[in-house]
Amino acid sequence: MVLSVNSVSVSLGRSRIVNDIDCYLRAGELLMLLGPNGAGKSTLLKAISGDLPYVGSVRLAGRELGQWRPEWLARQRAVMPQRVEVNFPLTVEEVVRLGRPKTASVGSDPVVDQLMSELDIGHLRHRLVPALSGGEQQRLQLARVLAQIMDSPGDRLLLLDECTSALDPAHQQMVLELVHRLAKNQGIAVLAVVHDLNLAAQFADRLLVMKAGCLVHEGSAREVLTPYLLEAVYGFTARVIELDEGYPMVVPRRGGLPNAYLAPGNPSCRQAS
Amino acid sequence: MIRDAAGRLGFAPSLAIVISAAVIVALVSITSGAYPLAVADILSVITSREASDPVASMVLLEVRMPRLLLGFLVGAVLAVSGALLQGLFRNPLADPGLIGVSAGASLAAIAVIVLGNTWLGGWLAMAGEWALPIAAFFGGSCTVLLAWRIANRFGQTSVATLLLAGIAINAVAGAATGLLTFYANDEELRSLTFWTMGSLGHAGWDDLLVGAPFMLLALFVAPWLARPLDAFLLGESVVGHLGYRTDTVKKAAILVVGLGVGAAVAVSGLIGFVGLVVPHLVRQLLGASHRVVLPLSALVGGTLLVAADSLARVVVAPAELPIGLMMALIGGPFFLALLLRTKVI
Repeated sequence: MVLSVNSVSVSLGRSRIVNDIDCYLRAGELLMLLGPNGAGKSTLLKAISGDLPYVGSVRLAGRELGQWRPEWLARQRAVMPQRVEVNFPLTVEEVVRLGRPKTASVGSDPVVDQLMSELDIGHLRHRLVPALSGGEQQRLQLARVLAQIMDSPGDRLLLLDECTSALDPAHQQMVLELVHRLAKNQGIAVLAVVHDLNLAAQFADRLLVMKAGCLVHEGSAREVLTPYLLEAVYGFTARVIELDEGYPMVVPRRGGLPNAYLAPGNPSCRQAS
Repeated sequence: MIRDAAGRLGFAPSLAIVISAAVIVALVSITSGAYPLAVADILSVITSREASDPVASMVLLEVRMPRLLLGFLVGAVLAVSGALLQGLFRNPLADPGLIGVSAGASLAAIAVIVLGNTWLGGWLAMAGEWALPIAAFFGGSCTVLLAWRIANRFGQTSVATLLLAGIAINAVAGAATGLLTFYANDEELRSLTFWTMGSLGHAGWDDLLVGAPFMLLALFVAPWLARPLDAFLLGESVVGHLGYRTDTVKKAAILVVGLGVGAAVAVSGLIGFVGLVVPHLVRQLLGASHRVVLPLSALVGGTLLVAADSLARVVVAPAELPIGLMMALIGGPFFLALLLRTKVI
């Protein structure tokens, strides 16, 4: 097991944002985390990335996060935050190289070159980051994050928080195909927060659904993406079409939104004592 | 050829340019002044002491040399401190004065000037001519520690709190300084005014002895922070994701700035502008990577301060302009021109 999360709760101030979550992740598995805004997805991801203090246990390759040396942890776990803003004139290549180990800091680096071309930012190599578009910056950050764990041995974990939110459809597809390929070929375990249900249906091995800080459902795309569950979690009505490609597609209905407050409770959520 | 692929001047050529500029400025600085020296005099003093003109030898070894070295060190430390804080705060407007170190140092120095004959008479008698620099260093360190303690209340260093605490401490120290100014007599007023405008005029080997160890320490520790500071430019959480100990980096940077600037202010008074503008200038020309910005800021800052100091003692010779004034006079318009030419900060 690359990642095991056991009864993790996160509180910010007095409110409990993440409530008693259990989940695990095997090598090569692509797990996607769904849920409405404010469900606690990013907060859970931040707890696993070490940005927020939590109660409970988060183990990477069987060892508690707190017991890792930071520099070793960085070789096994890479994190792509929702937003990274760069205001200083760093070049694209300089930023990607920040992800590399210290020893790889001089001369040309094949890992960096390959990632930049695979994420379609090779032609921007010498451009200044503040002058890039939002989508280009997002691909750049993914390249930096992947460069960090690309050639590390052992169990690796990749945490992605809405890594396709600024991308056009072709680049969304490109990015997730790359992530999927890395998971399958290199055995990297991926935990990704996504909002696009159809991308999730297409690429995820397993889906986790969060609502109000709790894990409310877990399963394959076919099991999770049902009209009933979508209505229960998001409060909107949608049609789910089974595609010939073997995964479902969610088509929202116009005017299908009035049920946000009528959504049924979360039966599987254990209340905090 | 001389430019790198990003269209910027590469590290090696810029290093060569800055070092040659530093050598030229050092030569000009050491030869010019109320007692002009020729390069031949310098060579003769260095090669054969007994045969040379005793006055030239005295001027060179006891006046110009310590002044040159001190000027270079102070400029380098102020510029590097500015670069460190701008990286840490992710803000090109950050300046060594921001965390309260200059305000604390000047409050202590002015207290020594104004109260030296009354309440602080004992201190003056005990520390002699080092009373002022030691007090300034102490005052600067205390304010940094205070701001730091406030920012560290919850076990982690909050950069935003540090900034706000610095602003509050600056305000209080400024008010206390104003009170002392109000209380000062004419002679003290003149002396404290000069101190707040900065000067290398009295620089001697003893000032170097007091200030240099701290300033050199700051200059040698700073390059170790270059890589994590680059990560800081992407945001504080990214520093941790990349495997650096975020809190250790922050503490080291603040400590380096506190020690370095405290020592610099103690020996030369308040010299603004270098810390704000030099790193900015270097970033404009060479990019924001701290592995380039830190060493080149040190060299450019040192060179700039020595150049300003040489001008300051030539323009109204045999008197001297305060160097802080000189700095602002040359640098202000230059900086404005730079701002008008560029779009991205």
